[in-house]
Amino acid sequence: MAVMKKFPLYIIALLLLVFTGYPFLYMISTSLKTQGDFFEKPFSLFSSFNFSNYTSVFEMGISHYFLNSLIVSVAAVVIVMFIAALASYPLSRMKFKFNRPLFLLFISGMMLPIHATLIPIFKLTQSMGIYDTLWALLGPYIAFSLPISIFILTQFMQEIPKSLEEAAEMDGCTPFGIFWRVILPMLTPALMTVFIYNFIHLWNEFIFALVLLSSPENRTIPLGLQDFYGEFSVNIPGLMSALTLFSLPILVVYFFSQEKVVKGLAGGSVKG
Amino acid sequence: MNAQTEKIDLIQKIGRTKSKKISRNKNVMTICLFVAPALLVYLLYVVYPIFATLNYSFYNWDGTTEKTFVGLGNYVELFKDAIFWTALKNNTWVVFASVFVQIPLGLIMALMLFAPIKGLRLFNSIYFLPFLMSTVAIGMLWVLMFDPINGVINLFVNFLGFENIAWLSNENTAMIAVLLVVVWQFSPFYMILFKAALVGISEELYEAAQIDGANTWQKFKNITIPLLLPTIVSSSILAIVGSLKAFDIFYIMTGGGPNGATELMGTYMFKQAFNNFNMGYASAIAFLMFFIALIVTIIIQVLESVRKRKGGYE
Repeated sequence: MAVMKKFPLYIIALLLLVFTGYPFLYMISTSLKTQGDFFEKPFSLFSSFNFSNYTSVFEMGISHYFLNSLIVSVAAVVIVMFIAALASYPLSRMKFKFNRPLFLLFISGMMLPIHATLIPIFKLTQSMGIYDTLWALLGPYIAFSLPISIFILTQFMQEIPKSLEEAAEMDGCTPFGIFWRVILPMLTPALMTVFIYNFIHLWNEFIFALVLLSSPENRTIPLGLQDFYGEFSVNIPGLMSALTLFSLPILVVYFFSQEKVVKGLAGGSVKG
Repeated sequence: MNAQTEKIDLIQKIGRTKSKKISRNKNVMTICLFVAPALLVYLLYVVYPIFATLNYSFYNWDGTTEKTFVGLGNYVELFKDAIFWTALKNNTWVVFASVFVQIPLGLIMALMLFAPIKGLRLFNSIYFLPFLMSTVAIGMLWVLMFDPINGVINLFVNFLGFENIAWLSNENTAMIAVLLVVVWQFSPFYMILFKAALVGISEELYEAAQIDGANTWQKFKNITIPLLLPTIVSSSILAIVGSLKAFDIFYIMTGGGPNGATELMGTYMFKQAFNNFNMGYASAIAFLMFFIALIVTIIIQVLESVRKRKGGYE
């Protein structure tokens, strides 16, 4: 009886599982086929295990895409963590006149269509002489990660008891000392969330990279995928192995930090 | 004697206000130093560009040579531009798909994670996967899956007894196809939001309802939905504003085609700016995108505060 009652639930759960998971299975399974296998049996799952596509992807050179993405995402996220934490400290724990407007100014960035900033940032980057370098991405990446980061960090900081700060102040700690020695160490979980959330986001970022980079050697992974798309337009298994390889790092990050990612998303967005 | 104490009092008072003033000035300095780095980057890359976009939108400009002032000319032209209206209409479709398909699906996924079934950990992990993959990769994967000959979607279509459909090159189906992918990509995000909200609902409420003889549907309607309302509202805000910004997946999968059937404000702005070098015109589109997002946000916030005042929740 109990089994019968749960049966429809299992059906729904499995349908959703197929809907969300099947494209990944299809991608990985197709990447392991030869071209011949693919045309013979395009839909069979894991019917062959041929890794030659992966070697040909590696032969085309992918390391610079990985390196570019890694450098620019990590650099941007580390800077964001630091300056967002700095800004969140007075915003969440001090009373001053422009506190609320300043906070709103920062978090309203979450609503902003990137397109509204695209042309000026393009011109600005050119006039700074950093167009088509990784430096070009750093500024916009930091700026557009600030809203969600400040939002997450201020929420977290509000919950740190005031008495800790007062004790440090009595011991003669400077405001920066308090921030560095008292607040920052307590922020670690929230900072991890900020790191992971922004890292995933920037690793996949497309439009700024599209506008601000042009030469192949400076491209990040999303642009690199486009290169492979052109290269492999007839070799579908080849393209699938490129897609799999390029998605792998983020999946690895996810499986090692599942709870943090999820918490960050929920914490950062429930209040919109 | 009396005058003496008064004097001392006064001196003490002055001293106190002075030290208060000094500490306040010190405070202002501290606050400035803490906020400055973030604020500077933010002003340079977020705030200034919006004003610059507004300024550019009053000019005819190819991005390199001299600008010529045209006043509201670009906006006048834009309102007569059929493609812009198509784009706006298509953006509205994205909004509808997000609010009425994506969010309910996200809710169903979240509810499944609380169902009394086995394998929840697996379901949880897999349901979330689409949200992690880069939009570029998602676009390419689904283009191949929608392929008219070798695409797996048509296998399903054949199985249902229909002919192969050229999903992405047919004006009537392209939008539906891309919207399906949008739903696939972003439902997990709403699942996470709903999951977080569902965790917060006290088990006792359901137990009390159980004792009162409520069935599953009644419990869902009278407990779950009302308590999820704040999350539903904030999800809708995110979905609407997110839909107005939509770009990547459309750019990759169809580029706005076939024949403008999936053109969005974002893709149209991008083409005008970086393919046709109509920077002034593109700025007008970009500024309208900003303006619409702003208006929508304000309207929702106002509706929210009215509802809150009426005692909807909190």
